[in-house]
Amino acid sequence: MHGFANPTRFLRLARWLTPLFLGLGIVLAGGAMGWGVFVAPADQLQGETVRIVYLHVPTAWLGMGGWTALALASLSELVWRHPLAGIAARSIAVPGAAFAAICLVTGSIWGRPAWGTWWVWDGRLTSMLVLFFLYLAYLALADAAQRDGQGQSRIPAIFGLVGAVNIPIIHYSVLWWNSLHQPPSISMGKSAMAPEFLVPLLISTAGFSLLFGAVVLMRMRALLANSQAEARLRRKAMAVAEPA
Amino acid sequence: MQHEALNQWHFVAAAYAVGLGGTVLLVAQSWMAMRRAERRREGARGK
Repeated sequence: MHGFANPTRFLRLARWLTPLFLGLGIVLAGGAMGWGVFVAPADQLQGETVRIVYLHVPTAWLGMGGWTALALASLSELVWRHPLAGIAARSIAVPGAAFAAICLVTGSIWGRPAWGTWWVWDGRLTSMLVLFFLYLAYLALADAAQRDGQGQSRIPAIFGLVGAVNIPIIHYSVLWWNSLHQPPSISMGKSAMAPEFLVPLLISTAGFSLLFGAVVLMRMRALLANSQAEARLRRKAMAVAEPA
Repeated sequence: MQHEALNQWHFVAAAYAVGLGGTVLLVAQSWMAMRRAERRREGARGK
């Protein structure tokens, strides 16, 4: 991992990976959603609304996976002081928050025809909403740390680690408490879904994961470029200010 | 007892509009922020 501690080496790889992730992500996510909307069959019980699954489930997984990655980056920053870990965590937080919000809104839209209500304060929906607020709080903390000149502060990293407690709560909420939300249809190595639903769902998840990765790389490149520009401008200002 | 007549396709279309719109906005904003920052770095190098 420390092989990528050098920003120049990381940027060389990121410049190559960003268009690859973006292009493949657009093709896979677009193809899978077209398949899900126009080709895959309607569900016997849920009818046409089951087509929302190809968007709702990948964004839910990425909202949760995003925080898991953010927590790992925070751990790496705190324990090994990896110089890119704080930048990676900050870059993950924005797409993580966006996908958590998309998951909440598409779930609410799906809930109206499926359950007869837009929202219920049950374990799954509430813990997912908490995850969205955790992302917002992380972004506010990281921005405040940056403004105070602390750069990659330890406080957002500690918050990132503590917030990971919510991830197993989201996952097990449908098993621990009564919920309108269905229990997991897919677990390690087995699926309760028929292949005609499962295949486009897995392709859509792969596509959205690549898009998530592309956004993280773009945001990391932006943060690195801004900090390099500021460092150069500071060096030049100091050189001008120094007496000859 | 009256039941609401819900057109399921309206809900599918609304969910996809939110999901795709949000994703496109996120990707476009991240791309523009990256390009702006990289131009700024090149500008700082040239000054």
